[in-house]
Amino acid sequence: MIRVTINGVERELDVDPEMPLLWVVRDVLGLTGTKYGCGEALCGACTIHLDGNPVRACVTPLHRAKGRAVTTIEGLSATGDHPLQRAWVDAGVPQCGYCQAGQIMTAAALLAANPAPTDDDIAQSMAGNICRCGTYVRIRTAIKTAAGMK
Amino acid sequence: MTIAITRRAFVLGLGAATAGLALGLERRVAAGPGKAEAPATTVFSPNPFIQIGSDGSIAIVCARSEMGQGVRSTIPVIIADELGADPAAIHVVQGDGDVRYGDQDTDGSSSIRKPYEQLRALGATARAMLVTAAAHRWGVPEARLAARDGAIWDGKRSLPFGALAADAAKLPVPATPKLRPAKELRFIGKELPLRDGPDVATGRATYAADVRLPDMLVAVVARPPVLFGKATKVDSKRALAIPGVRKVVELPTPAPPVNMQALGGVAVIGDNTWAALRGRAALEVTWDAGEHGGYDSRAYRRELLAAVRAPGEIVRSVGDVETALAGAARKVEAEYVVPHLAHAPMEPPAAIARVDGGRAEVWACTQDPQGTQEAVGAALGIPKQDVTVHVTLLGGGFGRKSFPDFAVEAARLAKEAGVPVRVQWTRDDDLRHSSYHTHSAQSLAAGLDAAGEVVAWRHRIAYPTISSTFKAGADHPSNGELGQGVLDLPLAVPAISMQTGAAPAHTRIGWLRSVCNIQQAFAVQSFIAELADATKRDPRDMLLRVLGPARQLDAAGQGVTDLPNYGMPLDRHPLDVGRLHRVIEKATAMAGWDKREGRALGLAAHRSFVTYVAVVAQVVKGRHGEPRVEEAWIAADVGIAINPDRVRYQMEGAFVFAWSNALHGAITYERGAVVQSNYRDYRVLRMPEAPRAIHVELVASDAPPGGAGEPGVPPVAPAIANAWFALTGTRVRELPMLPRPGTR
Repeated sequence: MIRVTINGVERELDVDPEMPLLWVVRDVLGLTGTKYGCGEALCGACTIHLDGNPVRACVTPLHRAKGRAVTTIEGLSATGDHPLQRAWVDAGVPQCGYCQAGQIMTAAALLAANPAPTDDDIAQSMAGNICRCGTYVRIRTAIKTAAGMK
Repeated sequence: MTIAITRRAFVLGLGAATAGLALGLERRVAAGPGKAEAPATTVFSPNPFIQIGSDGSIAIVCARSEMGQGVRSTIPVIIADELGADPAAIHVVQGDGDVRYGDQDTDGSSSIRKPYEQLRALGATARAMLVTAAAHRWGVPEARLAARDGAIWDGKRSLPFGALAADAAKLPVPATPKLRPAKELRFIGKELPLRDGPDVATGRATYAADVRLPDMLVAVVARPPVLFGKATKVDSKRALAIPGVRKVVELPTPAPPVNMQALGGVAVIGDNTWAALRGRAALEVTWDAGEHGGYDSRAYRRELLAAVRAPGEIVRSVGDVETALAGAARKVEAEYVVPHLAHAPMEPPAAIARVDGGRAEVWACTQDPQGTQEAVGAALGIPKQDVTVHVTLLGGGFGRKSFPDFAVEAARLAKEAGVPVRVQWTRDDDLRHSSYHTHSAQSLAAGLDAAGEVVAWRHRIAYPTISSTFKAGADHPSNGELGQGVLDLPLAVPAISMQTGAAPAHTRIGWLRSVCNIQQAFAVQSFIAELADATKRDPRDMLLRVLGPARQLDAAGQGVTDLPNYGMPLDRHPLDVGRLHRVIEKATAMAGWDKREGRALGLAAHRSFVTYVAVVAQVVKGRHGEPRVEEAWIAADVGIAINPDRVRYQMEGAFVFAWSNALHGAITYERGAVVQSNYRDYRVLRMPEAPRAIHVELVASDAPPGGAGEPGVPPVAPAIANAWFALTGTRVRELPMLPRPGTR
């Protein structure tokens, strides 16, 4: 049994401790907002927060989350109105949308640490998140918009 | 015709793993993960695309796949606008694979340009019947009634569609409904919000791998490293010892041509993805590579170049090119090479299947739901109409998901397992078993007279054809492939010869966003800039001069017998050089082309999918001397733009996609197998490499709609290559610009 808090709810999981958090949240808990993209921490689609820090769920085994707090896109805000989520919708950021949960989770960690990032800060922080549709310019715009929101 | 659907079906229909709404027949809707049990509501449904409930609900079907091009925010708008409904007030239902929707292939940037008038007619049909119903109810002439905001209006009084649904359903369906005049269209051409934006931003949007069925197992497949290879020895003992692994299943090896078949291999089925992945890693399989085990892309590159250094089959001819070249004051020649590319969509292929008796139900991120019905039916030996295919959102497609191989795997394995099975492709699987963009070589030769005018143009082309995927042994480009920038290239040159060489295929060749326009526009638009340099002309002037004056071209004038024109009639979508001029003028004006001192700009323009796009790119050197695009200016004439924001965004995305391919993209082969396996060695563009700004402007047009998803791609690579030449004096004749060591 491994005890983990997931999106504010404490859970006891009887799961292989080596199972990556990606498959724990998706296959065991049914939280499918976190996406598989590469399995090797190369694309950022599976980004979640572990105690507020962005991690790649595809290479983070469950045991590393023992006694800690996991936040997925479903838990980023109670009603889906985190400033980044609003900015994403307002700017029409998504194309296919598949990478965007990971993009938003990385951006949320960035803004938590750096509330007024420059373009360079944004590019460096977001470099690990690939968007194959090429939405980078609007992602940057939306992050800056969100940074200005309350 | 009247049909009954359940209220529950509407609700489920909002998600992506949708229930297929009952079409023209009364039945309980089998929703994916649950059963629909709610009471039925009578609806008015004059065609399979529209359902208006007596409760006022309006459901409109999007029968094409959403893969980021914004089709769910576009097609329903067209239907709703004609109908007289506010697009914000309708439910969009994703259509299952069903012949009653007509063509559902989401490819060729065709979702709007091909059915535009038919989509409008669908809405107009329903509107006409609602108007008739209201006219009867009020006892007034139809001519004074108007449909808007989900109601029929007679001056200030109105009847909502829901109140008229039952009456309208009893009326005959008009054969030729009258479309609204342009001034009555309120939503076509407006910038409307992205329909799935909120679901995406909150993680609720449903892609294939997100579908959950009771008792579902998960499979991953070890596929033959080489196309048509076979497993000669399988030891599954260690795999079956992994906790959670249920079963190991060998899949049949396809016989050539590969067509829409699955690729064979050995599947490991487990309780969850992790168990299946661990099981596959523990499999011991010995492979026989088969007939393509010798494919080596470095050696093949030399064969392609040899093919374009000799005369080939003539596919387009005007005048006598050899005499004109021999008599020219000057001859310019160049060779261009573009490697295999993989789509690498962020969502690797995934599909879920449930097989029950003689029926199958599939959920898949497919670009071709009817093709998936056929392929699954063929694999299971059941009629295609007994295969239900639900289309989820696609996490990118770019042409890869036009092949239903992954859905066929899911269906075979679900049958084998006796429970629903999800097949999950890994990134490694995706890169090693894709339907690749072809590997090409081209040689161009131009003759210039003493005044620097182009008097001869010879273009030799060799690449494995997509036809080889469907017909074993096909080794010359098809007319359709050549129609992407070769047969349809406007040229004001008196002697022209286009020739193709033989190039046998050794891998699965498929469609990748803009397809053969990629290599053909790269070569042609680069070569025209080379001619500008050779004659010390401004590259824009040279481009306009080679294209010739504003005019409309026919096949005969082009020196070809059959101009494919992307399946569109030439009278409605002529080859209009004037439209090409206008985008060139606009893009160069946006970029400040005439005042470019101190900036390295490159230009390219191309017509594809009956849309015209010009791109100017500004290039600088990065920290390590690598090319960086600082800024880009794009002018596009897509004809009528249904949702201009989405069209501009497709151009932005196309720029990044094409720049990614041109900078990094290369799939290479050794001993018949793909070398690359993940984003580590198949690099795609990341945010720090993206341009600082991409400016897009659309040329106002009332021409019928052209494509939007793909036409932004072809001019990007040559525009950047031309800018790199302006910066460094070095021509780029082979892509990618940053090859990995040892790949050429």
